[in-house]
Amino acid sequence: MTTLTDSPSGTRPALGGDVDAPRPLRQRTVDDTASALGSAAAGLALGWLIYTRLTPVTGWFAFVLIAYFCGMLTYAAVTMLGSSTVVVKDRLASALIGTAAFTVMFALALIVGYTLWQGHRALGHLNFFTDDLSKAGPLDPLTKGGVLHAIAGTLFMITLAVILTVPLGIGCAVYLTEVGGRGSRLVRTVVESMTALPSIVAGLFILVTVILFLGLPRSGLAASLAISVMMLPIIARASEVVLRVVPQGLREASLALGSSQWQTVWRVVLPTARPGLTTAVILGTARGLGETSPVLLTAGYTTYLNLDPSQGPMVSLPLLTFSLSRSPEQVDIMRSFGAASVLLVLVLALFAVARAVVARTKGGRQ
Amino acid sequence: MHDLTEVIPAVDLEGPGPQDADTPRPLRSTSSTGDLVFRGLVRSAGAVVLAVTGGIGLFLGIKAIPVFRDLGLSFFTTSDWNPDTGHIGIEAVLVGTLELATVAIVFAFPLALGLALYISEYAPPGVKGVMISLVDLMAAIPSVVYGLWGVFFLMPRELYVSHWLAQNASWIPVFEVRTNPNAPNWEQGTYTSSLFIAGLVVSLMVLPMACSVMREVFSLCPPGEKEAALALGATRWGMIRSVLLPFGKGGIIGGTMLGLGRALGETIAALMILSIAFEIKIRILELGGTTTSVLIASRFGDATSFQLSALLAAGLVLFLITLVVNTLASIVVGRSRSGASSGI
Repeated sequence: MTTLTDSPSGTRPALGGDVDAPRPLRQRTVDDTASALGSAAAGLALGWLIYTRLTPVTGWFAFVLIAYFCGMLTYAAVTMLGSSTVVVKDRLASALIGTAAFTVMFALALIVGYTLWQGHRALGHLNFFTDDLSKAGPLDPLTKGGVLHAIAGTLFMITLAVILTVPLGIGCAVYLTEVGGRGSRLVRTVVESMTALPSIVAGLFILVTVILFLGLPRSGLAASLAISVMMLPIIARASEVVLRVVPQGLREASLALGSSQWQTVWRVVLPTARPGLTTAVILGTARGLGETSPVLLTAGYTTYLNLDPSQGPMVSLPLLTFSLSRSPEQVDIMRSFGAASVLLVLVLALFAVARAVVARTKGGRQ
Repeated sequence: MHDLTEVIPAVDLEGPGPQDADTPRPLRSTSSTGDLVFRGLVRSAGAVVLAVTGGIGLFLGIKAIPVFRDLGLSFFTTSDWNPDTGHIGIEAVLVGTLELATVAIVFAFPLALGLALYISEYAPPGVKGVMISLVDLMAAIPSVVYGLWGVFFLMPRELYVSHWLAQNASWIPVFEVRTNPNAPNWEQGTYTSSLFIAGLVVSLMVLPMACSVMREVFSLCPPGEKEAALALGATRWGMIRSVLLPFGKGGIIGGTMLGLGRALGETIAALMILSIAFEIKIRILELGGTTTSVLIASRFGDATSFQLSALLAAGLVLFLITLVVNTLASIVVGRSRSGASSGI
């Protein structure tokens, strides 16, 4: 078993010294570190040589790929010198898994960083938050016009959608978990299937029924209905999952103490599930907040600040981002990134709140 | 404690007092008014949700029937969307939808699996929680932000990758392009706005969803089995291959399919990146292409009522596809989790 003594997972030969000292587990050996670093350096150098001298490819991406490939080859070869194939496989798998994790995190950092960096020029002007776009054309500088109308529209739409969907969604979840009965199976199946509804189809549904059939104009109200239709199954399903994991013993204890069913739900089940429910609602809200396609079909587009949700078009931050990004003018694209940054910050804030809620309740229980 | 005393009469035991010791005491409770109201309220919430969500499905079906009746099978075999000449069909958009979703999954699957394995097995304890939060955050980033990033950051840089693929891998039909990739002044425009780039961006959007499902299933793996593998001398990769991957197979497949379901319905990022062309596009590196949701988003504005019905029919087909994918996914995931339950 030479593999074991060489293996990177720390099975080093037993220490001869103090018997009482715990053997270090999972300690990286010098060999581990040295072969990883050495292979990385060799990969970079070899990659550079191939990239600049031997192949006609261009672009940093090609260089990264070549260098990565060379590095992995070197790593495998170096490991093979002193260890068996088992260790070679282990090391290569660790390297590949680490690469995947790093790639995703890097992409996330790029997406957030690039959007905020491009957006900071627009965000630097106060008028971006206090003005609408009615007096600012695509050729006006960033010191004119802003996205106040979209911020107001987004806040209105999401508020109404939350007011509509949260009681309904949680009520439906309570029905599914606490009351049940003959109909519950049908409701659960339908709700579960409807989470698969593409958001654009939700928008199309509201467009055809509410706007074309009932005759409501394209407005903030119609848009928030479309967002609600999209959010409702998501929140209902997420809440049901949360309520289902409330331990049955708690319900039985409450009922055995003589409380009625609604008291059990109100005083025991819902408080126990509060952090989970909050997270479900906040994440559903974040989904609804960033949704563009239902709003695209139902809200219309305007450059004016419109505070009447039932009359006239109303624009939201994602829709404004989308519309401005199609403009050929550089200033509009900067504004688009500005609107996207505001949206991103809103989502980040919601997310931080969700984390804080979960962390606080966890801390309180300990 | 006023509440509790109030409630006691609510559970009304019939036939009070000890009767014959051998006959079991009848257990029957009558509900208090509060409970009746509560159940009524909650039932009606369930009914409203059922009416709204089920109503959409019914409505889509009813609206789509005349379209299927009028156009018949040609609705599925026509690739053009030209209402003036009466040529309306979803062949091209369906193919485009599947191509985009395939590209997205090809990239998302290995990344999501690697990330899930890293989080559950490799990440240091302090980093683990942060990475889980970051993945959740990635799932919450609006698709319009992904689209914006894809158009202005990724597209100009990705051109070179597409060009390189066209030069070196064009023997695979999907990587062919119509222009000469080896020309000294290669046409950069050919490689923009393609299904490949859109698929790349969508892969980043669906990846966190797939990753969290995989990670959750991995976290249910009994630690005893993992430790047993390590104690028997397995390396970490050996443990992953012999214990974790077989255990989490359902989660891996199910998570990937959930991601696929999301990729099929993605609208805005694809609409921003693709340049719309109604033709069956096999060459994914090339400019142009369309998907079902992009069709709806781009054609709803000037549509007559029959065209709207046709769009609804296209939406119904898309919904049915995602529904099948999601249902299969939840069955697969549900089966892998069946052993796990929580008690007090």
